[in-house]
Amino acid sequence: MIEFEGVGHHYGDRVVLSGVDLRLPERRVAFVGANGSGKSTLARMINGLVQPATGRVLVDGLDPSRDGREVRRRVGFVFTNPDSQIVMPTAGEDVAFSLRRSGLPAKERAERAAEVLAQHGLAGYADHPAHQLSGGQKQLLALCAMLVLEPAVLVCDEPTTLLDLRNKRRFVDLLAGLEQQVVLVTHDLDLLGGFDRVIVLDAGQVVADDTPEPALRHYRKLVT
Amino acid sequence: MNVGGWYEPGSTPLHRTPAGWKFLVLFVLAGAVFLVGSPVWLAAICAAVALGYAVARVSPRRCLQVLRMLAILVVFVLALQWWLLGPVPAIVMCLRIVAALAAANLFTITTRVEDVVSAVERGLRPLSRFGVRPDRLGLLVGLTLQSVAALSTIAAEVREAAKARGAERSVIAFTVPFLVRTLRHADELGEALAARGEGDG
Repeated sequence: MIEFEGVGHHYGDRVVLSGVDLRLPERRVAFVGANGSGKSTLARMINGLVQPATGRVLVDGLDPSRDGREVRRRVGFVFTNPDSQIVMPTAGEDVAFSLRRSGLPAKERAERAAEVLAQHGLAGYADHPAHQLSGGQKQLLALCAMLVLEPAVLVCDEPTTLLDLRNKRRFVDLLAGLEQQVVLVTHDLDLLGGFDRVIVLDAGQVVADDTPEPALRHYRKLVT
Repeated sequence: MNVGGWYEPGSTPLHRTPAGWKFLVLFVLAGAVFLVGSPVWLAAICAAVALGYAVARVSPRRCLQVLRMLAILVVFVLALQWWLLGPVPAIVMCLRIVAALAAANLFTITTRVEDVVSAVERGLRPLSRFGVRPDRLGLLVGLTLQSVAALSTIAAEVREAAKARGAERSVIAFTVPFLVRTLRHADELGEALAARGEGDG
């Protein structure tokens, strides 16, 4: 389970988060908020990419700022721009890169990679140049590179922002079918149908925390 | 330029030869080409490399790409050397260039980058007792290739944006957004690597 206890953070003088207390046992959780509301910073704390200035974060009882390595094994992270996540020239190599510390022989790593690609709509793309994939396919690849590690939690920071409507839907349908706990940071309010819980952030504070419908009603009121 | 597009999947003997051996052969060949001075021998090496392309069943389209690249270079070098040094040295120099570059291209066409990376890692493992981290060097190779692709994409997009504003000749309209985006890319790449456990030892 993911827990935030009195979490605060600032970049220079600008406070981006203050007094965030959350326990997230639900399988599908979304962070919603305007640009600069602190939702991405909060998400990055789950796997220790950002460390809170005050308070602490726990993932299954582990503190990411102390046991970063252990936590990152449990928490996969998908970013907005797949171009910065893909580090190897072909799709298969990129997924296999995630397994480099697994101790599996290279041949098995490649097979695992091809398997995971095939399971998520990229069958036959293992030898395809990663940077020639379409935007939607690249984001699927970024997702596969995380899922091959079988994390318990998947954090996605606005993963659909650069995608067209069809790919957006496809990506979200895929997320919906995962066995992982998913924490989705998003602006796309119409994607939150199947979510258990939506947390609305504004100016670094939690201003609504509810099931999607009432939470989003609150958010819409906030921005109009 | 598309870095990822270099490798052509296949199952020919050349594809299956371990990357380390291919690299060693390429290395020896490149050395030999610059030691051998006889045009006949150099032509023989060129023919051997061409045979390599046939063995690897490189697609005609790909062969044409390589040929076009070599042709442009050869015409230029041949003209210059002929004028400076005379015909025989010019031909020798061109044969050297053709042999070395064609062989290097054959290597990249038949070898996955991941295999190069693990060959580098394996080759450097004996150095680990001197503090060299082979896995880091392997990652470096992959990231270098990725960055070349990423930077050329950024440069192309920035140039387009400058053109759209009628500023294609402005140095500032290119350098400022190019630097900003390059730095942002570096930040994002760093975060993505950290999220994938790189640096966790």
